[in-house]
Amino acid sequence: MPGDIVMGTPAPAADISAAGTEMDRLAALKLGKPSRRNRHLVSAVLVLLLVLAVIDLVQRPAFLWPVFFSYFFAPQVLQGVAVTVELTVMSMVLALALAMVLAVMRLSDNAVLRWLSAGYVAIFRAVPLLVLIILIFNVALLYPTASIGIPFGPQLWSQPTNSLVTAYVAAVIAFGTYQAAYTSEAIRAALLAVPAGQHEAAKALGMPPGLAFRRIIVPQALRIAIPSLGNEAIHLLKGATMVAFISVNDLLNVVQTIYNRTFQVIPLLMVACAWYMLMVAVMSVAQRQLERLTSANAMPADSDAPAPAVPAGPTL
Amino acid sequence: MTVPVISARHISKSFGLHKVLEDVSLDVAQGEAVCLLGRSGSGKSTFLRCLNMLERPSSGVVFVQGRPMGYRERGGKLIPLSAAEESEQRRHLGMVFQQFNLFPHFTVLQNVMEAPLRVLRRPRADVRDEAMALLERVGLAGKAGAYPNRLSGGEQQRVAIARALAMKPEAVLFDEPTSALDPELVSDVLAVIRSLVESRITTVIVTHEIGFAREICDRFIFIEGGSIVEEGPAERLSGGAVLGELVGVPVVAAREITARIAGAFLT
Repeated sequence: MPGDIVMGTPAPAADISAAGTEMDRLAALKLGKPSRRNRHLVSAVLVLLLVLAVIDLVQRPAFLWPVFFSYFFAPQVLQGVAVTVELTVMSMVLALALAMVLAVMRLSDNAVLRWLSAGYVAIFRAVPLLVLIILIFNVALLYPTASIGIPFGPQLWSQPTNSLVTAYVAAVIAFGTYQAAYTSEAIRAALLAVPAGQHEAAKALGMPPGLAFRRIIVPQALRIAIPSLGNEAIHLLKGATMVAFISVNDLLNVVQTIYNRTFQVIPLLMVACAWYMLMVAVMSVAQRQLERLTSANAMPADSDAPAPAVPAGPTL
Repeated sequence: MTVPVISARHISKSFGLHKVLEDVSLDVAQGEAVCLLGRSGSGKSTFLRCLNMLERPSSGVVFVQGRPMGYRERGGKLIPLSAAEESEQRRHLGMVFQQFNLFPHFTVLQNVMEAPLRVLRRPRADVRDEAMALLERVGLAGKAGAYPNRLSGGEQQRVAIARALAMKPEAVLFDEPTSALDPELVSDVLAVIRSLVESRITTVIVTHEIGFAREICDRFIFIEGGSIVEEGPAERLSGGAVLGELVGVPVVAAREITARIAGAFLT
């Protein structure tokens, strides 16, 4: 019937050979590249705009580049950098230790331990970091003296809280306890990600639970957790700027002090930016190296190479 | 008669309402090789895992060298041991898993050395010499420094066998040691297991390799639906069991079929 599409009807022989030669002709043609003209145009315009913006920005008089360079290695600034790094490292160490305990508690069979850990995480995730910093800084209002002794018995040691919890100590405690809430979740997930077969293999070799955890489970979990731990450390480094509120002389506080005196606001903020970018860059590289070193796929092993000598000391 | 190395008495195991094992008993003598056969889901792997307390039986007790696994007697009762005490008992049984379960963050040599070094606290030099000897025995001394992910499945399983032997266990349990391997890698692993059996190391092997079981085992146990349906010396591994294993019909039905075939020829 005219107009009807009939499926499967064989075409006349002449058509087949015509289509065949047509295909031969097309198949012999050169293959062109997809047109990129529009894409190139867009890229060119964007790059041009970006270059103009950067030139415009950098040329603005408020930048005072000589000022930037003169303060970049200034002793006060370097000291601020040192304080920031130290704060970050100390807080991260505290956070990691606390997070490991919290994660293990969360995975424990004991309901009270699980509940305590969950409660900790809930509280420290709910309170804003800045509030926590100021609260811990003012802990002396709550506990005027810190003492070690037997409850309701004699005191062995006592100190006014204010002499103990300096601004710096308050900052480390606040960052450490706050970060621990997040890090414990990352570590818990990593501990759960270690395959059940690893637990069973350790068990079957007669390893007591503690040894299996230390030697078999934790090293594998940490390897899994490295990307998120790196992220959290970078977060912490930048979050450390909040100590300016309790007058710790970190990098940001140092440059603020200087520009309050000299009014060279932009170049000094640029000094701080540059240092932060540098520090984060170093941390990112360190994280990537750590990932590379510990990743199972990139283990420094060559199956054909002769076995290297066994290291004499304890390994890993 | 000497005390059996392993004596499982009336083992039952349920997961919730699901009964996996029902009243399975087995004695394994010193130097004996016992094969556990059965279709997937028959409960044979669960039974093997009950032997070294990776699963605690719901009822029944496993004795290793006459000692109750996971319990101690006190006041006329068997009291469960602590996790640490239980791990001390497990040292006497080695285990090889279907999925090898090598420690990926250790080299081959470290995998073999770890338990004797940290669990038994033996001197490093001795442990290393023994570990190298074991790797030699499974044909992998050349890979001592490699990490497990650089090894084929068959090589990993041979390392896992060396790792189990490094604890000098009273017996070695094999849980489908070749089921996760590519066909061409199976024979190397079987050769290593055969050499262990030939050197009279006590073994209990869960396997689907009927031919292999027939060849190396002293005795076979056929488990179906959580119970032993057939057992005997390897040469008596019945047509029914073989057929059941090969074509996946229940042993009881398979027995019926073989009996009928035999009957047809006889009449």
